[in-house]
Order: sequence, then structure tokens, then C-alpha cells
Amino acid sequence: MAGADGDDSLYPIAVLIDELRNEDVQLRLNSIKKLSTIALALGVERTRTELLPFLTDTIYDEDEVLLALAEQLGNFTMLVGGPEYVHCLLPPLESLATVEETVVRDKAVESLRKISQEHSPVDLEVHFEPLVKRLASGDWFTSRTSACGLFSVCYPRVSSTVKAEIRQHFRTLCSDDTPMVRRAAASKLGEFAKVLELDYVKSDIISLFTALASDEQDSVRLLAVEACVSIATLLPQEDLETLVMPTLRQAAEDKSWRVRYMVADKFSELQKAVGPEITKNDLVPAFQNLLKDCEAEVRAAAANKVKEFCENLPEDSREQIIMTHILPCVKELVSDTNQHVKSALASVIMGLSTILGKDNTVEHLLPLFLAQLKDECPEVRLNIISNLDCVNEVIGIRQLSQSLLPAIVELAEDAKWRVRLAIIEYMPLLAGQLGVEFFDEKLNTLCMAWLIDHVYAIREAATCNLMKLVEKFGAEWAQNTIVPKVLGMANDPNYLHRMTTLFCINALSEACGQDITTKQMLPVVLKMSNDQVANVRFNVAKSLQKIGPVLDSNALQSEVKPVLEKLATDTDMDVKYFAQEAISGKLVFPPPAAETSLYVRFYRSGKPDDHAVFLSSSTVLSLALHNVLWCWGGYGWDCIIVGLEWGGPVFPSNLVFFFPPLVQYFFLK
Amino acid sequence: MSLSWCVCLSSHVSLSLPHYSCLSLGVSVSPLMSLPLSLYTHVSLSLPLFSCFSLGVSVSPLMSLSLSLSSHVYLSVCLSLLSCLSLGVSVSPLMSLSLSPTADIISTVEFNHTGELLATGDKGGRVVIFQREPEGKTEPFSQGEYNVYSTFQSHEPEFDYLKSLEIEEKINKIRWLPQQNAAHFLLSTNDKTIKLWKVSERDKRPEGYNLKDEEGRIKDISTVTSLQVPVLMPMDLMVEVSPRRVFANAHTYHVNSISVNSDCETYLSADDLRINLWHLGITDRSFNIVDIKPANMEDLTEVITAAEFHPFHCNLFVYSSSKGTLRLCDMREQALCDKHSKLFEEPEDPSARSFFSEIISSVSDVKFSHSGRYLLTRDYLTAKVWDLNMENKPLETYQVHDYLRSKLCSLYENDCIFDKFECAWNGSDSVIMTGAYNNFFRMFDRNTKRDVTLEASRESSKPRAVLKPRRVCAAGSKRRKDDISVDSLDFSKKILHTAWHPAENIIAIAATNNLYIFQDKLNSEMH
Repeated sequence: MAGADGDDSLYPIAVLIDELRNEDVQLRLNSIKKLSTIALALGVERTRTELLPFLTDTIYDEDEVLLALAEQLGNFTMLVGGPEYVHCLLPPLESLATVEETVVRDKAVESLRKISQEHSPVDLEVHFEPLVKRLASGDWFTSRTSACGLFSVCYPRVSSTVKAEIRQHFRTLCSDDTPMVRRAAASKLGEFAKVLELDYVKSDIISLFTALASDEQDSVRLLAVEACVSIATLLPQEDLETLVMPTLRQAAEDKSWRVRYMVADKFSELQKAVGPEITKNDLVPAFQNLLKDCEAEVRAAAANKVKEFCENLPEDSREQIIMTHILPCVKELVSDTNQHVKSALASVIMGLSTILGKDNTVEHLLPLFLAQLKDECPEVRLNIISNLDCVNEVIGIRQLSQSLLPAIVELAEDAKWRVRLAIIEYMPLLAGQLGVEFFDEKLNTLCMAWLIDHVYAIREAATCNLMKLVEKFGAEWAQNTIVPKVLGMANDPNYLHRMTTLFCINALSEACGQDITTKQMLPVVLKMSNDQVANVRFNVAKSLQKIGPVLDSNALQSEVKPVLEKLATDTDMDVKYFAQEAISGKLVFPPPAAETSLYVRFYRSGKPDDHAVFLSSSTVLSLALHNVLWCWGGYGWDCIIVGLEWGGPVFPSNLVFFFPPLVQYFFLK
Repeated sequence: MSLSWCVCLSSHVSLSLPHYSCLSLGVSVSPLMSLPLSLYTHVSLSLPLFSCFSLGVSVSPLMSLSLSLSSHVYLSVCLSLLSCLSLGVSVSPLMSLSLSPTADIISTVEFNHTGELLATGDKGGRVVIFQREPEGKTEPFSQGEYNVYSTFQSHEPEFDYLKSLEIEEKINKIRWLPQQNAAHFLLSTNDKTIKLWKVSERDKRPEGYNLKDEEGRIKDISTVTSLQVPVLMPMDLMVEVSPRRVFANAHTYHVNSISVNSDCETYLSADDLRINLWHLGITDRSFNIVDIKPANMEDLTEVITAAEFHPFHCNLFVYSSSKGTLRLCDMREQALCDKHSKLFEEPEDPSARSFFSEIISSVSDVKFSHSGRYLLTRDYLTAKVWDLNMENKPLETYQVHDYLRSKLCSLYENDCIFDKFECAWNGSDSVIMTGAYNNFFRMFDRNTKRDVTLEASRESSKPRAVLKPRRVCAAGSKRRKDDISVDSLDFSKKILHTAWHPAENIIAIAATNNLYIFQDKLNSEMH
């Protein structure tokens, strides 16, 4: 035992144990996460007799502590003395399985399932199975819901008498008074069915399934749909018609849209589970009905499954079924009143072309694609554009290009910047599909226009897009079409555009290679080191650091170094700072990324709040040197909000703050 | 200032009654007394034999030196129509100096599903939970007595900086969740934010440190030669209240109702124009199921006044409007329930039409009967029972205070006409109850068609004495002894909030800052 090792080794463990009951949740959490260390120090004997009884009663704690505890106990077998003593872990997990917080309960059940495998068959019957029974007949629904998840792990390993008891308990829980327990039972029905003998599946499970599928609570019925998938896979084909299909048909026509939604959502799984014959006879009409459902949510879920459903149809009759049954419904959905339905369809409809082949695609699908490309909702158009590759393989993109171009241009100029952002992200894909000439002719100007968009996120995405295009079309193409335009922006009167040049160079240097970078880009960057705006200058320093590895060492020594040294003596402290960082070759700041965005709320003087930023007037002054777009408050306020455009977009409604040295202020919370 | 440790300062004042009931005034002087309690844990100790009221009053940092005395008074009165006994509690005269007298006005009353617990919310954002004493004690009258179980601050005043709006801390509604384990859960809401609270008991605490003794003195490290695992020791029962979830930022207008679905995993919250559906476990999203906001706010003609789920059909809910209509919606048909399944509306009598008819027809509360078959609504002058199967007119209409019809003009002037009276069913749906003015409340027996007016006041209801039926007569008509004239009614004393025990004849009546609990002792004709 650790006691013999002397005080030095004892001390950290003593601290950990004491912190198990510290007032600070974080310290308790920390201690619980190191529970294995404590147990190791105490030895298996004391862990069993002292630590576990204490943990069994600590269910008063915060959820996150309990969650960590439940997780730890799942890996505790060796620490209590191996499989022989694993049953000692049951009492604390049992009490955790009764708490009201679902995540804690689920974790406790998960750990119980884990350690059930470490029980010997005898221990399982002596210790584990009684625990399941206790939970199953508990007073509170929390314990009964937890029991539902444990039946399937102990059933295969117990004697037949105990098996009968377990089945009886499960039956009881399926008709429990509270909907929570019935939901838990319904969600575990499929799992339990898998471990049952086929005869019992037919005799027991089917009746439970039928009962749950006609429960008065919608939330129970919809879970029965999920169980339907696993039950159908277990049964032989000839029994499906009588045992499962009546219930499934009923679910597909349930009064509650939530149940129908669930059927639509699980349609592909159901289709695979019931096999081709039933699919042809039953599921096709059911699917048609779901596509025409009165609730938009159901139609959208069904529309999402159109491609998968068609793919999985039996090959001999696939084309005929699609053409006569599915396509008419799809045609209606193209002009649906609900945009979510249309966009769900648009995200999969292109996939039908590979299934139907060239002629059918041209004749039947193409008009639909074209209609969707002209849809009023940008999301629909985007979804079509994002899946162009499927069509390209079948009919070639030329068929579409006439309609495609206006659609792209319209999206590229959409008033919503998020729409513009989305289309930029598809540009490299489109460029690949359409080829260099088409791109140069029609889309190149768009790509350049995005570089001077007034929203930073668009400019940023545009630079990234250029990089991907260069990777696709090669350095030579870049040198002829992109680089001159980008470098031309270095003389723009707007300093934001000048900075964009730098960002583009950062992105392109690697793809363009040493030659272009040294001969064409570097001179421009160096020239910009004399810019009058400090932001441009320190971005020059950052750019030089970024492109340094691409440059040859000669240029580095003779051209870059003098400029950086000059910048290191700049009057602006940030320019100095970045220049020095570039010289010492360290990367200080993570690249601008959306993750660093922080929402800041504005607070009037009075109540300090953990969201607020408190700045001294000197900080405000130093901020003023930067790129402050707008500022709320001022020296008279004890809190201000500033908008800096440095590394990220500024949304008008919620300010996003991107100033890394100040980010620490936000983490007060 | 949620960090308030309620300290019982006053000694236990025994009253003249054979009962140990005491009122202790809770004072929190937060900055000085910030005891090492976790931020939201409010603890109240319950002492055996003494029913102890510990009331927390938060004091803002600016007034940290002033003592504020709470003027909550909880009276529990045993009543039957024949014999009625009550237990009075004397109140300190300092009460009138209370810094925020309105903060103590009770704004909602709600029994839990078993009736063992009763929760009240007040304008100051506090929730007080009462627990029924277990039966069979030596004290003959202690049976069924409700005593304070726990008190906590549920909501704090807030300020919406984007809209420059103050958000009151007043508790608009409390709803209990069906009990799921040894702890109790309740939802409380103010105008904007709904919170889920856990009320649990704790009777053990860990003892034994390695590096310090129980008083917190650091031990000499050299004396620590072996590890000690803390041991849980029994202690006095402590009631803990902790916030579990905060459902915020979903309501633009004022939340007027919350209702838990029979599936026990969802609930609805209704504001003036919208009804949202929440999952009890998910706080960051809710689904809008009803939206009556017109595209142009100038076209606004009606608002939602109350909403409730059906007691056992998980898909049905009802909402009432300021136009006097009820709409029953089926969530099965569509995700958005803009189209109602049934519209309950009584055709207006053209001859009775007046300037006030629209105001007084506004439904202030709607409640499903326990059987789920009937709906009880309350408008300004009447209480109505509707059958779910009959949409064109109410099954029964009860006049609550028809004598006010002639006084509507003055009631409009003093804004009383906008008072929102609640209504309640008894456990067997045979009697309904609703409040009125002058601390009167009314009960109507649906079978015998008898009705009674009772008064909840400390002056008139003697401890454990019979509550005498009261009568109000119209001005000028012949008066009997004890009758009260309409002109002498006190409109500032109104009973808006009432609750009926789910199974027994125990009622809770909130009259401004007093809570009365009446209990039926004998089988009376009424019940």
C-alpha cells in the first residue's frame, strides 16, 4: 500500500482524495477523472471497502461530475481486483443509473454493459441479473428506463429459467404506466430481439412490437418504427408479411406526422430489411404517399430518400417503377410550396441520372434540373450546383451550361453573403467539371470580383478558392490569368484590397512555386512594406514569414531580411512585433479561423458581467491604431465594443471580435 | 444576487394556538454573508416540530445595509363549509415598512401531481414550496397541514439591452413535472425565460479530510501517514434546490402559460402571439407550433391569453384568445398548428353588445378537466364549462360576479377590468372554483348547481372556524344581515390565483401577499 512509501508520494493522492469533496466543481471533476490514480494508491482492498461505498452515495453531485464518475467506473475492473470482484462496481453504477439526468444514466448503463462482459456466468446470475431486476421493478421511472438497456447484455449468458424471467420483465416494462419507460423499451426492442431465440421473437417480441406501435403516445409509436427495422431483419421472409407488414403499413399511414416522418426517415433501412418483393408491392405505394404527404416535414424527409430508395429497388423492375411511380411524384415536388422540400429534393435528384441512364435523363430529368436551377430559393439552386458531378458523368455538363451560367452568376451576386460564400466553395468543383476554357471565358471575372467583396468572409473564401483553382489548372495558368490581376490590386487606393493582395500571395505562393513567387510576388510584397497603413505593413511582415519557405535563400538574405529589419524598427508597435516574430521565425498566432470568433455583448456601466470586455483607456488607444471599424461606448464607459477587421468577418448584428491578444478577456467566463 | 443564505433571525414565536408555527423573517445581506455555497443552491432547514418559514429577500448591492422584511404571510386554514378552523400567524408591524411591498404579491399557485407539495411564485421572483405534513401525528390538527419546505429565488430582474426593456422577475406560472425519482422538478417562468428546477433532499454529508481537520485547519503534513477516504455520515435533512435547465431567448412577447405534455418529455410555452414546443432536455431550440402574429402589427386583433395540453392525449392542446374563443389544435396533423381542429366560440348576443363586451369576453384562463372531456374557461364576469364535443356554445355558464356589469365603466377606469382571474377544477371535476374581488372566491357545484361565495381574509376567517358564505347584493336591493353592497367591495383585494389539490378537497387561495389553504374536514353538501 502507498502508506509505506512515505509522505512525499502520499501527498498528491491525499490532495486528490480531499478534492473529491471540494466546493469547486472543477476540482471535484478533476479528482474524479483521476479516480484510477486514487484507487491504485489505495489498493484493491480499500478501493472495494472504502472508496466504492463512498462513491455509491455521491449521487448528489453535479451532472458533469456524475458523468465522469459513470465513465470511470466502466474501466475499473482491474482496480477492484479483476473480474473476480467486478460485481463490487455494481452498487455505485446502480445508483448512477437512477439519477434524473439522461446523459448520466446512459453513461452508467453503458458502463454496466461494459462490465457485464467481465462477469463470469455465475457472477452474472448471482450479482448482475438481480441488479437488472431491481432496476426493472424500481419505484421511479429513471431506474426502469435504465433497466431496458441491460436486458440484452445479460440475456445470452444466463440459464433458461432466468431467461424467462428477463423476458417477463421486458414485457412488463413495455406496458409500463409512464411513457418514458415505454419509450426506453421501444428503443431497445430491436436490440433485445437480436439476442432472443427466433421462436421467442415470433411469440413475444412481435406482440410487444404491435402493442408499442399502436401506443397512445406518438413518441412511443415513432420509436417502434426503428425497432421494425431490426425485427424485420431477424425474421424469415415468409413471416414478414403476416408479422411485420400490418404494423408497418399502419405506421406509414399514422395520424401523427411525426410517426410518418420517422417512417420516411428510416425508409432505406426498412426497404433493405423487408426485401425486394415487399418493397415492390407495399413500399412503393407507401413511398408515393409519403412524397405526397400533407406535412412538409414528411415530404422533405421522403424527398431526401428518393435517390437511395431508387438505387435499392430490385434491378429487373427498377426503371419501370421509377418512371411510372416515383418520377411523377418527384415532378410535383419540384414545384412544391415548401422550400425545405425543394432543397431536400435538389440535394439528391441529380443522383437519379446515373440510375436512369442518358436518354431518360435528357428527356425527363433535365427539365427538372433546369427548373430547379431557376428556383427562387438559393438553397435549391446551390444544391443542384453542388451535385453537378453526377450529371456530368451521364450526359456531360454542356447540356446544362446554358442554364448553369445565369444561375451561377445570380448566386455569385446574391445579396446574402452566405449564399455567395456557398457558391464560392463550389467553384473549384465547377471549374473541374466545366474545363479551363469555359472557366476563363465566363467565371474568371466572378472569381476576381469576389476578391474585392465588401464582406471579409467572401474575400477570404475567394483567396482560398484561387489557391484551389491554381492547384487544379497549374502554375502556368495562374501566371497568365490570376497573378497579374492579384498583383494589380497592390496599388488599389483601398487598403483592404491591398491587404487582399497579401492574403492571396500567402495562399498562392506554395501552389505557384518558387519561380513565380520570387520573381513576381516578392517585389510587390516588399514594395508594400512602405505602405502608409500600419495594418498593411504588419501583414507584409506576416506574409514574408509565410512565403519565406518558398523563397530561395538568396532572396531571403538579400531582400527579405533588410525589409523585415526595417519593419522591426517601425513606429507602430504591432508592425514591430510581427516583424520581430517573422525574423525569429516563430509562428505566434494561429491562422485566422472561424473558431476564434467570439460574440460580445454590450453592457452599460454598473453590473460587471462575464461576457463583457473591460478595457483600460490605454488599450482603447492602442486599438484605435488598428483597424477599428466601429466602436460602441468610449472612455466614459467601463466597457466598449470595438469591431476590428483583422482575420475575420464583422457581422452587423453580432459583433465578432478577432483580436487575438485580447481574446483572453473573453475567457473570463 | 442569487447568493442568498437565508438566516432565521427571529426566535421562534409560539402562537396562542396549540401549534408550533413560527414565522421567521429571512434577511440576506449578501456581500457580507456570502457563505461558501455554490451559486444557485438555496438551502432551507426544516426543523422538526416547528414549521419554519425562511424567506429570502435579496438585497441589491446598493442597499446592502438596509434590512428588508418580507411581508409574506402564509395562513393555513382548515375549512369545511360547516366547521372551519384556521391557524393564524401574527405579522410583525414592521411589515408596512417593507422596501418592496409588491415583490411579495403572490403571482401563481400550483399543487404537484400528488398534492403533497404546493408551490407559489411571487412578483419578486421567489418560489416557495410547501410540503404537507405526514398524517397520523400526535397533534390532531397537524394532519394535512402545509408547511414551508423550501424557498428559492427563481428569477432575477434583467435588462434587455438590445430592446431597452426591463424584464420583470415576476413568476408568471409554475408547473410541476410528474415525479421521476426521489427529487421533484418544476418549471417556473417569468415573462421571457423558463427554468427547470430540481428540489431534492439530502441527509448525508461526507466527513474526513486527509490534509485538514473538519474545521478546515491544515494538518501538519508529517502527521499524515495514511490515506483516508471520506465517509458519508447522516445529518439533518437539507432541502436543496438547483437549476437544471434554462430555456431562454425563444419568446419575443410575454410568456403567459407553460404546460407539460403527457409524454413527459415536451412542454409548451405560450406568449401573446406564439406558442413554442420544447423538449425538456434541450434548451437551445424550440419549435414554433402556433404563430398568430400578423404580417403587419397594425392588423393585430387578438392575442393568446392561455394555453394548455390535454391531460393524456399527447397531441392535443388548447389555447384561448382575447376575443373569447378557444382553439383546440392537433399536433398530429401538421408541424405548424396554425389551423385549429376545433374552435369553441359562443355567438355574441347583439342586444348585450357594449363598449366593454370585447374586453370582458377575453378569456383569462383555460383548464382541461382531469377527465380530459371538458374545458373550463374564465372571462371577466363568468366561468364557462365547455364540452370538447360541442363547439358552438358552452355546456354551462356560471356568473361569478354579475353585479359588476353595471360598474364596468369605473372598473375600466381603474384598470380592474383587465384583471386576469384563474380558475380551477376539483379532483373529480364536479366543482369549479374561481376568484373575485374583496377577497371573495366562488365555488360552483356542477351537479347540484349550488354556488357559494367565500371570503379569504384574516379578519373574517377565524382559525379552524367555519367559513361563512358571503353574499353580495346589488345596490338598492333589499339587504340581509351580513350582506355586502356592491359599492363597498374593495377592488384592490382580488383573488386571481387559486389551486385545487388534485385528489382531495384542499384549496390554495392567493390573496395579494397572503396564501390561504383551506381544507374540507367533513363531508359537506358541497363536495
